[in-house]
Amino acid sequence: MGAGHTGSLHVSGDSPIHRLAPEAKLAAVFVFVVAVSITPREAVAMFAIDAAVVVGILALARLGPGLVLRRLAVILPFLGFAVLIPFIAGGEEVDVVGVSVSRDGLWASWNVFAKATIGASASIVLAATTSITELLRGLSALKVPTVVVSILSFMFRYLDVIVDEMRRMRTAMVARAHDPRWLWQAKPIASSAGALFVRTYERGERVHGAMLARGFTGTMPQLDHRRARAGEWMLAAVPPAIAIAAAVVGIVVL
Amino acid sequence: MTTPALQVEDLSFSYPDGNRVLEGLSVSAAAGDRIALLGPNGAGKTTLLLHLNGILELQSGSIAVDGLPVDTHNLAEIRRRVGMVFQDADDQLFMPSVREDVAFGPANLGLDADARAERTDAALEAVGASSLADRVPHHLSGGEKRRVALATVLAMEPSVLVLDEPTAGLDPAGRRELIDLLASLPQTQLVVTHDLPFALELCPRSIVVDGGRVVADGPTAELLLDRELLARHRLELPFGFDPSLALRGRDEA
Repeated sequence: MGAGHTGSLHVSGDSPIHRLAPEAKLAAVFVFVVAVSITPREAVAMFAIDAAVVVGILALARLGPGLVLRRLAVILPFLGFAVLIPFIAGGEEVDVVGVSVSRDGLWASWNVFAKATIGASASIVLAATTSITELLRGLSALKVPTVVVSILSFMFRYLDVIVDEMRRMRTAMVARAHDPRWLWQAKPIASSAGALFVRTYERGERVHGAMLARGFTGTMPQLDHRRARAGEWMLAAVPPAIAIAAAVVGIVVL
Repeated sequence: MTTPALQVEDLSFSYPDGNRVLEGLSVSAAAGDRIALLGPNGAGKTTLLLHLNGILELQSGSIAVDGLPVDTHNLAEIRRRVGMVFQDADDQLFMPSVREDVAFGPANLGLDADARAERTDAALEAVGASSLADRVPHHLSGGEKRRVALATVLAMEPSVLVLDEPTAGLDPAGRRELIDLLASLPQTQLVVTHDLPFALELCPRSIVVDGGRVVADGPTAELLLDRELLARHRLELPFGFDPSLALRGRDEA
């Protein structure tokens, strides 16, 4: 985390995916991920279809495979756990390259792998093509309560400020030869966390004062934004529609 | 006699911990005045400012802006009339983008989208920050933040501007741009500052506040030449700065 770090998931560009209204993108990603997650794990072909949809969108959004793979690293801990399942799960055993593993565990492992990878890739598309400001607009267009959107908005706005403040406090400690290595040296860190809390609280009061000074009456004003057009909703509906169809085929037919 | 743009009479205030900060302070400003508010730390300057648009509730005394008393009934109109620029721009700029921040005040005034956009563009234009509209406030430089903060209050079309230490933390060029900008604005201005050359350059009149009351009020040049007065109230001119030379230099230029 550093100054200018927030919002860095956004990769600026001018693709059709970038231009799509944020509320349509948000809703599409949400429905798509839900559809993928209810697809039965045995319907391997259906996951291939879902994956193809994501790859297609990544290409449309001009996001390189390198970027996507790097960001997929966040799900590695889950995949690491998934790899263990076949070895610890019970039930019928099968031989894989000479090692006896649980058949059910293998399916569970595949389940986690397929759904996590496809779901995370869909989120990566959303995060990379939508700035935080747009995401907030999208949430408010989707009728998420104003207070929730405001909290997210303030969190985004002040995260860097607070992280900077924390870094300055740390620098001040280091400058006076504080070099914590052991648990019993944690006291200054604990008290600086307290100081940071108080400072943040006081900043909150000052921000509130500044809001009052500009006529704030307790509800955030609804600022105008371009609303999603019907065409955009239709376009955004295509990937989730495919995923839902795949899920239904997986549940009913396979 | 015309109605003063700002009239503060016999204002007293104590914080909840009993600390008495203002003791019968009175100030009057005519429309278009630019006044520097000088005084040591803890003199009550910021407390006075927070009263001017009703952020701190009046305990005793009275305040009127263009004849309209500051009280709970008029709060919305008072907050439109008095534009407050806070010391730390990070406190003032709280929306995710500059444009939305400038539109915040007009939105609170209940203006529709077109009027808001018009005000936002005009305010950003007035401070020379039109190109910053889509930026994230946190990533602006100190000088840019200050100008955008000014735009956020100009968008409310105030008649009085109140600024708390506007030059603090600015580099010399940023400070120069701010002086030019403030000098170009028609509003009545009340500027809290420790930057005495800035006061001399921008404000024909100064008020010295100490111990919660006004201890001097007059032409800035006269006050700054009164060494004894300055010393008594912990005010100091920068090394080598001579107000009379500075004024002569300006007159010749």
